[in-house]
Amino acid sequence: MSHASTESHTRSWWRENQQKLTPYIFLVPGVIFFLVYVIIPIFESFWLSAYSWDGLGEKEFIGMANYHELFDDEAFYTSLKNNVIWLVLYLLAIPAGLGIAIFLNQKIRGMRAYKSLFFFPFVISQVVVGLIFAWFYAPGFGLFSLIIEKITGSEIAILADERFATYGIIFAGLWPQIAYCMILYLTGLNAVDPEQIEAARLDAAKGFKMLWYIILPQLRPATFLAMVVTIIGALRSFDLVSIMTDGGPYGSTRVLSFYMYEQALSEYGYRMGYGASVAVILFLIMMVFITGFIWKMVGDERKGL
Amino acid sequence: MFPRPIEHQSRAVQISYQVLVPVALIIWLLPLIGVAITSVKPASDLAAGNYFGLPSSFAISNYADVFTNSPIGQYIWNSFKVTIPTVLGTLVLSCLTGFALGIYKFKGNIWIFFMFVAGNFVPFQILMVPVRDMTVNLGLYNTTTGLVLFHVAFQTGFCTLFMRNFIRALPRELIEAARVEGVSEFRIFWYVVLPLMKPAIAALAVLIFTFIWNDYFWATVLTTSKETQPVTAGLYSLNGQWIAQWQLVSAGAIIAALPPVAMFFLMQKHFIAGLTLGAVK
Repeated sequence: MSHASTESHTRSWWRENQQKLTPYIFLVPGVIFFLVYVIIPIFESFWLSAYSWDGLGEKEFIGMANYHELFDDEAFYTSLKNNVIWLVLYLLAIPAGLGIAIFLNQKIRGMRAYKSLFFFPFVISQVVVGLIFAWFYAPGFGLFSLIIEKITGSEIAILADERFATYGIIFAGLWPQIAYCMILYLTGLNAVDPEQIEAARLDAAKGFKMLWYIILPQLRPATFLAMVVTIIGALRSFDLVSIMTDGGPYGSTRVLSFYMYEQALSEYGYRMGYGASVAVILFLIMMVFITGFIWKMVGDERKGL
Repeated sequence: MFPRPIEHQSRAVQISYQVLVPVALIIWLLPLIGVAITSVKPASDLAAGNYFGLPSSFAISNYADVFTNSPIGQYIWNSFKVTIPTVLGTLVLSCLTGFALGIYKFKGNIWIFFMFVAGNFVPFQILMVPVRDMTVNLGLYNTTTGLVLFHVAFQTGFCTLFMRNFIRALPRELIEAARVEGVSEFRIFWYVVLPLMKPAIAALAVLIFTFIWNDYFWATVLTTSKETQPVTAGLYSLNGQWIAQWQLVSAGAIIAALPPVAMFFLMQKHFIAGLTLGAVK
């Protein structure tokens, strides 16, 4: 009897409060997973960067020593410089993607198939992209090096040459990135308001002027998204460096993400603490951009509410 | 429409455009076409210096060689063992979080949402040492399960963003009406919201499949042996063994690329809808 009444009591209590409680119940599994695997490890890495640790034995507290070493480390500056080059050149994917999108934004027979084939490089893994371009650049028989030989008369081994290797890798990375930006802009162009275009045409606006004053402002959401994915992509670059040159020749193509991995799991002994300090620097650089993105997104949310 | 539709131009312009597009496409895909041709060239062609031209015979045997002389079959199987559970796990978690954040107004909603969004952007390297250490301690290092658990957690960030925005765009009246009828919140989720989320679920399923299949960094950090490594990491070690045997490297690369490519062509609409979410206001 009393059992039944408590049960009905809990049930009505639940009925009254379920709207308040349901969101928390639904959030628990996802939030726990995300905290354990993403948010907490960020802080752990900060903490670890103050230690010397080989991944197995005792951790030894060394304060800021990892960072002192880092700021005297030639390889660190090479990586940093390369990250800047990646970032700057990667941004070219945005205008290039826009260009291809404008070029393809027509209705001819088979256009859908053309568009998906143009998008193709984005679907395949960066490992495969890296192998494809390694073949493309291969001295003696790669298509690219044959073309270069025809034009300049001398052969250049792009990936074995300190002067060109980083640019060769970035060029490979631009291929899928341009495809991604293109698809963002194609979607954006689809939604451009035709009445505004007609009105501008009546005012004799065309070509570049039309693009700049009428079209681009309407493509702003696509541009924002393209900026986000391109900047993050440039700073995350790891796969292509690892596949195409493994950081070489003589460490000249390292980027921060690759250098971190190399230090933490290097064949000469694991330096987890030192690796963590490289990761912290990369994280702080990225944080500048992430904060900017989030800032804008919060602003948009507020406007939307 | 911008630029001005080609139909309004002269016949000559139209024809040259129709010629230009396929030519541009061939140039765009030139590296890929080169690799595809190399993958069916007999080794003798490469030895004889026929790098560039058409293959002297169609050597599908390169593909057979890759399968018989390397563990690529095992690698592909490992990739499936990582990818499919990750897709399922991520979808379950993000349907729940997306529903909670998209439907309810409560304190901290926006902060939890932006935790997922921000976490989704961080460089992997800041997570690497702790995640690897944790996976070792759980006894899951060098297992596909260890890889799946991390991927599920990380992808939940992006998927929550996606699901929450999708649910927010659903008509709220449906939910209000169900509440007035006295339908419980759990049933609203199951019977009202979930059926409407099918397009979002399809879009995320293909996207996550592709992202995880193509993941290389975590594969190298968390797995080491051929019994557990996905095909991306496997391809890296095969590339080391196959020095200068470009017909094998090319065939291996194409095999590894096929599943996500097939997925893309089968579910193109969903794939693009997923990637371009937010590109239009």
